[in-house]
Amino acid sequence: MKSLRKKKSDYTALYWLMAPGLVYFFIFRYIPMLGTLVAFKDVAPFEGIEAIFTAPWVGLKHFRKFISSVFFWNIMGNTFILAGLRMIFEFGLPIVLALMINEVRLLKFKKAVQTISYLPYFVSNVVLAGMVFNLLSLHGGLIPEIIRFFGGQPEYYVGMSDTFRPVLVTAIVWKNLGWGTIIYLAALTGIDPQLYEAAEIDGAGRWQQTIRITLPSISYAIVIMFLLRISVVLNQGYEETLLLYSPAVYKTADIIDTYVFRTGLEQMNFSFATAVGFFKSLLALALVGLSNWTTKKLGQDSLYA
Amino acid sequence: MSAIFPTRGEKIFRGLNGSLLILISLLFLVPFLTVFTTSFLSEQEYIQRGPFVLFPEKFDFGAYKMLLLQGDAVLTAYKNTIFRTVVGTILQVGATSLLAYGLSKSDLPGRKIVISALIICIVFPVQIIPLFLLNKSLGLIDSIWSLIWPRLINTQYVFIMMAFFRQIPASLEESAKLDGCSVFQTFVRIILPLSLPSLVTIGLFYAVWQWNDWFDAAMFLISQGKLPVQNLMRTILLSSTMSEVITTGQTPPPGEAIKGAVIVISTLPILAAYPFIQKYFVKGMMIGSVKG
Repeated sequence: MKSLRKKKSDYTALYWLMAPGLVYFFIFRYIPMLGTLVAFKDVAPFEGIEAIFTAPWVGLKHFRKFISSVFFWNIMGNTFILAGLRMIFEFGLPIVLALMINEVRLLKFKKAVQTISYLPYFVSNVVLAGMVFNLLSLHGGLIPEIIRFFGGQPEYYVGMSDTFRPVLVTAIVWKNLGWGTIIYLAALTGIDPQLYEAAEIDGAGRWQQTIRITLPSISYAIVIMFLLRISVVLNQGYEETLLLYSPAVYKTADIIDTYVFRTGLEQMNFSFATAVGFFKSLLALALVGLSNWTTKKLGQDSLYA
Repeated sequence: MSAIFPTRGEKIFRGLNGSLLILISLLFLVPFLTVFTTSFLSEQEYIQRGPFVLFPEKFDFGAYKMLLLQGDAVLTAYKNTIFRTVVGTILQVGATSLLAYGLSKSDLPGRKIVISALIICIVFPVQIIPLFLLNKSLGLIDSIWSLIWPRLINTQYVFIMMAFFRQIPASLEESAKLDGCSVFQTFVRIILPLSLPSLVTIGLFYAVWQWNDWFDAAMFLISQGKLPVQNLMRTILLSSTMSEVITTGQTPPPGEAIKGAVIVISTLPILAAYPFIQKYFVKGMMIGSVKG
């Protein structure tokens, strides 16, 4: 039995080990969190984080300016349309692909498909953008070449506001589709094969087996993934957009995060950009709360804590 | 499932499913292939056959020569990327595992408060403008350390590591302590060797992120000589003429070839390590999904 004093010194030692991490969280996570206050102030371009204390309060000025700006509804619309498209395709397609991979009986073929489909996940977003530019280039890109082959007149699809969104979503799906199947494939291997055997004896066809056995067995994984996804959907997609968009497509491409990047870091409107970012955080928080509430309603542990 | 004697319908289904999967796999591979072949396009072939060449007649290394031998822009960027990846990953794994080790002790006083504080950080991600202002005040703007300190710990990895550490039997630590090991010695001599696979897993998560990230560098760095490969690549991809980036003497290879080559150069290390990375990533993914 260890003495109390010995135990106490162990705890102190543990906290010393944790110190670098704790200091990190204080400086680089909590101070910026407090720094959100600059949304209610007027920070000059030359100021730093000390502006939390030094800059003058201006109340909701920047929020009013954003909400009444001509860009507001456009940016909000783009943000939610992109989020919606991602929820449909980036969330939905991996389930379909996982079901298809799961049906493969040939183990080597299955492994090969998995290995290939995970590959795009590891390329950087800059490379992803480079591939989009390469494939769509009017100077020898594969897609325009195919369209010409069939007698069409290709255009520069990543540079046109009508086609920017499909291009962006396709690129995002291409990158994350295979990787997204992992969770479902794991859930699928957990299904008891006897269930299928019993169903077959009862005369259930392949399609009925999928509907009655496979889908219900992974429904828990699907629900959890859906909730996890929707709680972060507003915080993603900006890197791909920033890399692919251009002023010509702002009308359909500009989302809250890219607007924050431009107004904040390029035009140095620190307070205004922080206010816009804070506005988005509130929307994101509402989504987190909603998905957490739903998870609890479903009788599961909440997603956070 | 009738695996041994498939019915006719079953056979058709399998055939269709297999063909579709082959098609999907090709869609995943084609962009790699086109970028790869474009990078070997020469100006001569470009003029003769037009810009679209799926399989070049001759593999021309002009673009690579230009990127690697003329001027040191690419090599400098490569050095910066290697620095941030090696130093960043070591510091990240160190800080993450130390924090997670402390938090894996369920009797640690104040543990709940720290964990709540970490969860708050997941719910409220850092906003870029306050982070930028903080880095400005800390003098990190245009310093390569701005690519390391602000993202030192990924909160989710703390929970992954916590789950790992909890699997280690407490009796091992007890006996180490009886032998007179301090807490730190126990961590280094007993815990770390036992959790090597998990350390490699989160190390690879961090390393791939460091290698691929461009966003932080775009926010915090100014001087061209400090930019990592990803950002130099972005500059090259966006520029219409290469002379903005690299000065050259003779007729340069076509711009498309240079863009392809820079993608190949920056992605090759990831692809080379891919079989190794994939194994650990999939494992880490599974543990991450089982909440710690």
